[in-house]
Amino acid sequence: MSSEMYARIQKNPKFTELVSKRERLAWTLTGIVLVLFFGLFMTVAFNPGLLAIRLGDGFVTTGLLIGLAQFILFWVFTAVYVARANSEFDTLTEQLLYESAKAK
Amino acid sequence: MKKTFLKLAAGFASCAAAGAALAGGAVEITQKQPLNVPAIIMFAIFVGMTLAITYWAASRTKSASDFYTAGGGITGFQNGLAMAGDYMSAATLLGLTAMVYTNGYDAYLFMIAFFVGWPIILFLMAERLRNLGKFTFADITSYRLDQGSVRTMAAIGSLTVVCFYLIVQMVGAGQLIKLLFGLDYHIAVIVVGCLMVVYVTFGGMVATTWVQIIKACLLMFGGTVIMLLAFSQFGFSFNTLAAKTIEIHKLKDALFAPGKLLQDPVNAISLAMGLMFGLAGLPHILVRFFTVNNAKEARKSVLYAAGFVAFFFNVILLMGLCAIVIVGTSPEFFEGGTIGGKIIGGGNMVAMHLAKAVGGNLLLGFLAAVAFATILAVVSGLALAGASAISHDLYARVIKKGNVSEADEIKVSKMASFGIGLIAVVLGIAFEKQNVAFMAALAFGIAAAGNFPVLFLSMYWKDLTTRGALAAGYGGLTAAVVLVVLSKSVWVTVLGYATPIFPYDQPALFAMPLAFLLGYVFSITDKSPRAAKERLAFTDQWVRAQTGFGADGAVSH
Repeated sequence: MSSEMYARIQKNPKFTELVSKRERLAWTLTGIVLVLFFGLFMTVAFNPGLLAIRLGDGFVTTGLLIGLAQFILFWVFTAVYVARANSEFDTLTEQLLYESAKAK
Repeated sequence: MKKTFLKLAAGFASCAAAGAALAGGAVEITQKQPLNVPAIIMFAIFVGMTLAITYWAASRTKSASDFYTAGGGITGFQNGLAMAGDYMSAATLLGLTAMVYTNGYDAYLFMIAFFVGWPIILFLMAERLRNLGKFTFADITSYRLDQGSVRTMAAIGSLTVVCFYLIVQMVGAGQLIKLLFGLDYHIAVIVVGCLMVVYVTFGGMVATTWVQIIKACLLMFGGTVIMLLAFSQFGFSFNTLAAKTIEIHKLKDALFAPGKLLQDPVNAISLAMGLMFGLAGLPHILVRFFTVNNAKEARKSVLYAAGFVAFFFNVILLMGLCAIVIVGTSPEFFEGGTIGGKIIGGGNMVAMHLAKAVGGNLLLGFLAAVAFATILAVVSGLALAGASAISHDLYARVIKKGNVSEADEIKVSKMASFGIGLIAVVLGIAFEKQNVAFMAALAFGIAAAGNFPVLFLSMYWKDLTTRGALAAGYGGLTAAVVLVVLSKSVWVTVLGYATPIFPYDQPALFAMPLAFLLGYVFSITDKSPRAAKERLAFTDQWVRAQTGFGADGAVSH
């Protein structure tokens, strides 16, 4: 756990690459989730009628569909993140650590 | 040690059995409760099974790492199940079903708000938690800061949330058991307290994890079976179901439109923020990030947990809607047989009545046992998180400054678990008559304002100093508690004043930004040499958070 190793890791360009890729994905997904979710709540507060519109001749409303869609979509986002992180980011991290350990 | 365990376990088991046997004799004043034999049998099986697991777990719990985090060897899938289990308490099953029954679409919105914290915690925190922490989240908050003061603060924040959450669970457990098994409330609370102490003291994190996993499976299985049986009565057609619910429910069409619950934007946003970010401040959830091998498994945990939660919430939606028709038109579930009147056992019993309606006494017994198991598992998780805060943070790091043997630390953890069990029982008994629903919200609100901001700043912000962390932590915590005391739930309902000073129910919208602000202001104005060192130390922490280099790995058994 030496500070030297940390310093070497930091200097490696792969570190910046890893950090920027991860941050970009994380914040993009977070941003989308927050916008969609608070968007829904804002609609509830200021224009609830929009969510009560029936679709087709059944009883499914826009609100119900959007709700279900948010459950599914947000879960898909978690899957996307995990897939990318567990493959691309972790490989990058392994390479990074290997190179930094080697370089003396 | 094993002999003691066996003796104690036998003692508690016989207490529980004796208590259950008394059930036949206890006559409720409000309603006659028939002796629910299937429920008691299933409950006894569950308790027996979990005690067996605890016995097995005790043999695998040797080190501090084993006690706090099961040695770090839990897989992503197992952990995901355990996390989902920790998150979905009886309040989920009973309370949310009841909410769907009464409020329809509003409950769905509530559930989305409950769910949305999971993706957020994955994107922003999961890996860092695993890479930086060891046993408690205070490990991370105090990583580069002054251990003594910051750990104390984090531990206090943890314990406060744990306490409020415990009260809710204990009171819920007591009332549930009283209702379903006919046990006296006090005995019920004591039984829960005893079992919880046994699980945690003897089995540590290994036992609580497996109890949680089993309970999560039972919960989802039971709920799904009930939902399928109920939904089949409508030919599995949502339209058929919806048509009938609109006919019967007093809201009529408005059942599927947003209603009163989330009408006020400020309240709605505050609630959403509390639920969303509170998740990232709940100690018993956060600790589960340390029970896995590495960041990879930590991410997978959240993926699975989120999946289970999303699935089950939708099951509950269908359950609640089916209940509107199936329970809502049956006089046997209403007091005095008046349909539309008061539901027997209170609104929260809707899920139970549905179970009885579609599956008879057997399914009712199963669900009752599951509900009880749920509470037991959650209180164990809470007790362990609390005990960890006391032994690992306060005792080992703050008081003993790290000069403590593992054996001593474990001993203190066990004493702390016992102490927490005692306090939980006392509080459960003290709050019997109170409406504790507001405490669940308070727990989330405190977690969102007291625990989450400091944790987040500590992981992301280079310029955070000890002073800033303390300001944010204590400030957020105090603000959240004060605002809730001044709100309707306490000021009016408990203290009896006419109008609340704080006009909203949820403190998060105000307390959380305040915490961030305090953290920011007190950090940038900190010009001490220690502050400068802390800013420098951020880089190493950042590298470790990103790469996992230097992180604690798993311990093989």
